[in-house]
Amino acid sequence: MEFVWLIFLPAVAALFVPSLFRRAAGIHTGWFVLAIPLVLFGYFSTYIPRVAGGEHAVSSFDWIPSLGISFVSYLDGLSLLFTLLITGIGSLVVLYSVFYLDRKKEKLGNFYVYLLLFMTAMLGVVQSDNVISLYLFWELTSISSFLLIGYWYTRDGSRFGALKSMMITVGGGLMMLGGFVLLGIMGDTYSIRELITRLPDYAGDPLFTLAAVLLLLGAFTKSAQFPFYIWLPDAMEAPTPVSAYLHSATMVKAGLYLVARFTPIFAGSSVWIWLVCGIGLLTLFWGSFFAVKQTDLKAILAFSTVSQLGLIMSLLGAGAIAYHTDDPLFRVAMFAAIFHLVNHAVFKGSLFMIAGIVDHETGTRDIRKLGGLMSIMPISFTVAFIGGLSMAGLPPFGGFLSKELFLESMVALKHFDLFSFGTWGVLFPVIAWIASVFTFVYSFYFVFHTFAGEKKADKLPLKPHEAPIGMLISPIILAVSVVAIFFIPNVVGSWLVAPAVAAAQPQLYSLPADAAIHVAAWHGPKSVPMWLTVGVIAIGTMLFTTMKSWRPVYALQPRNLSLNAFYDGLMSFSERGMNRLSRSFMNGIIRTYLIYMFAFLSVMTIVILFAKGAFELDMDSLSPVTLFAVLNAVVALLGAAMVILSKNRISAIIALGAVGYSVALFFVLFKAPDLALTQLVIETISVALFLLAFRHLPAMKTHGETKGNKLVNAIIAGAVGLSVTLVALSAHSNKLVASISQFYKDTVQTEAGGGNIVNVILVDYRGFDTLFEIAVLSIAGIAVLGMIKLRLAGKGSDDEKK
Amino acid sequence: MELLMAIVAGLLFTAAIYLILSRSLIKVVLGTGLLSHGAHLFILTMGGLGGSAPPVLADGAGDFADPLPQALILTAIVISFGVTAFILVLAYRTYAVHETDDLSLMKGNDEHD
Repeated sequence: MEFVWLIFLPAVAALFVPSLFRRAAGIHTGWFVLAIPLVLFGYFSTYIPRVAGGEHAVSSFDWIPSLGISFVSYLDGLSLLFTLLITGIGSLVVLYSVFYLDRKKEKLGNFYVYLLLFMTAMLGVVQSDNVISLYLFWELTSISSFLLIGYWYTRDGSRFGALKSMMITVGGGLMMLGGFVLLGIMGDTYSIRELITRLPDYAGDPLFTLAAVLLLLGAFTKSAQFPFYIWLPDAMEAPTPVSAYLHSATMVKAGLYLVARFTPIFAGSSVWIWLVCGIGLLTLFWGSFFAVKQTDLKAILAFSTVSQLGLIMSLLGAGAIAYHTDDPLFRVAMFAAIFHLVNHAVFKGSLFMIAGIVDHETGTRDIRKLGGLMSIMPISFTVAFIGGLSMAGLPPFGGFLSKELFLESMVALKHFDLFSFGTWGVLFPVIAWIASVFTFVYSFYFVFHTFAGEKKADKLPLKPHEAPIGMLISPIILAVSVVAIFFIPNVVGSWLVAPAVAAAQPQLYSLPADAAIHVAAWHGPKSVPMWLTVGVIAIGTMLFTTMKSWRPVYALQPRNLSLNAFYDGLMSFSERGMNRLSRSFMNGIIRTYLIYMFAFLSVMTIVILFAKGAFELDMDSLSPVTLFAVLNAVVALLGAAMVILSKNRISAIIALGAVGYSVALFFVLFKAPDLALTQLVIETISVALFLLAFRHLPAMKTHGETKGNKLVNAIIAGAVGLSVTLVALSAHSNKLVASISQFYKDTVQTEAGGGNIVNVILVDYRGFDTLFEIAVLSIAGIAVLGMIKLRLAGKGSDDEKK
Repeated sequence: MELLMAIVAGLLFTAAIYLILSRSLIKVVLGTGLLSHGAHLFILTMGGLGGSAPPVLADGAGDFADPLPQALILTAIVISFGVTAFILVLAYRTYAVHETDDLSLMKGNDEHD
């Protein structure tokens, strides 16, 4: 079966959602939608045994074969793991949303269309083998996420958050496209598998590092890494099912997926390792530190997501180190990364759902107003407790195991002695440990400040009570998984995680079984990570109990010295700056624009004439000067000067007429009788026209033109005149081919039966010119008539009314 | 002769551009008139001013002036006449509606951005 089509199944289903919403109004639309992720989850689950055995499945469909672009669904351990997360958590989120979103109040038709579109996009991202189609789906996730964040589009916050996430993720996506194209050019293929096998051909390319950095920009913006994480907290304006699905479990992991997927290609680059490892660790620390500052439940979770994504990112960086050393210590890192990725998706999904439940049942997400909900909402509390402690990295929950592996990998980093890790490597475990302490603190803060302490029921907008069972099903399933992962880590490890690790490091492992690492909860008293965890618990408990006394430290940070302020500043600066820039040269006065044009034209013409050596004056080809022509030239120039200098309209019009008649005389002198005739007639009519309009025309005024203005005008006008003269002379002197006119002279009698060559050209050889010249004259006549006759002042033209 | 005519055409252009850059609407219209005269002479000059006879087949005449530029200029004269008539009326209407011929006042305002 061509399972590549299954990627599009949710999008196709989305087509029917609006009509279902309208026709089957009695049933919550979510029930219909639920079937899709369930079917996909069931179908893709059947691949687990095959993939765990080291096989992979490929299904493809050529989209633009001539450009090498196709939809290729490539299922190996990594993409299968993500596919199962997307469809599995997708099913739970849809189920949760059925109870969370009200059938009558909400526009469910929109919601599920966006959600299904997102599902297609996400499946496409993780299954695509072709980088161009991967990019297509990547941007589709940005767009559908934009739509989902802005779901309540009447709220300012939603629109702001949606726009911000769109700006940042699409900006990063474009960078990533650049990286893809560079890779495509260097490796001469768009297929990721091909790129991996051809790696030796292009690994030394000077653009290789650039491609790595561009790709990482895409991954970092999508996965909310420092300093691009700022969109994620604002994306919390989305409905909670969306936050749980997109902004914790799936979309933000697309960046992690990308890094893992391209590790086989870029692991050799030290820039890659430093960036992924360093930025990941920085994000981990930053996110965990600022999570404690937040007072909104979802904001705490958003910062915690940022922090946990940083953790996984740094592990992926450490995983790339495994390519440079045989030390088995580093083989743990990639396993830990994937393992924690699974753990995080599970517990963070449940925590978001709990935050949504709390919001739904009490009417607020402000942690300062909440407290003492433990006895009122016992089931929610249990789920939150399990999720929170897993997030903190405590036994007996899944998070504990991956946190141990994480600390083990970070401790191992200081043994790595390449790319100057020897000097700085010791920082890694220290920062990781501090971040773990803060993780512990905010996890406890989230759980206990919401559910423990005194009851503040009177402050809450709604009377709190336990959520309906339907809403609790999904978080309960996730919480059960959290506990289950702790007790059967090696089942998850060998069936899901190890194949993904083998797929992310194909050069290191030939079979998924080789990548499996025995995960145990107890490493014995000599294990360093265990003692680190004990330290985390001790210091973390201390910090948590004394939170009130040290939290004011966050107030020290000035408001305008944050990344958000920087982003806002950048946005308003670019908007206002661009506005000011365009206003500075687009002042609306026609003279200014004419000056730009004439100055540009004349300078370019003169410069190019001389720079390219095009100017040439051939004195031999000049025809003899005649006295009449000189006199006539003097008349013409005097006339032109008169037009400029005259102070009243009538003398200017007459001077213009004088110029016209002297031009006619030139035509006589230069053997152009037809031109002379036409010029005489036309000039007469023109002057007559001017005189006819004379009474209606404004008087000649200077309108306060300054000397400076006139000087600029004169300089520009002189430059244009000079360029015209130079072009005329060099055009005359550079006759490279003979004129076609000889043909006209030879055939005018024999072919056209005429004697007047100019007239025959006009009506015979080049009659089309004349046809349209007639058209021009007619149009001008109609336009003149229209302008004089038509008055639309009363019929809505604003300008005329003023 | 071409040297002289090229300079004349250039000076006509100079005068025309100078007028077009001024603030008064009527001067701009006059400037376009001068501009078309300059352009016609320019075309004629580029083609060369040689030839001792007009391009009309007549007994004994052999050395014709180049007929092609003349045909082009003839077309251009007619078109520039049409355009001149048009902008003259346009200037008249503009003046009648806005009651000013100061071009520096004729610009959009912020509402029309």
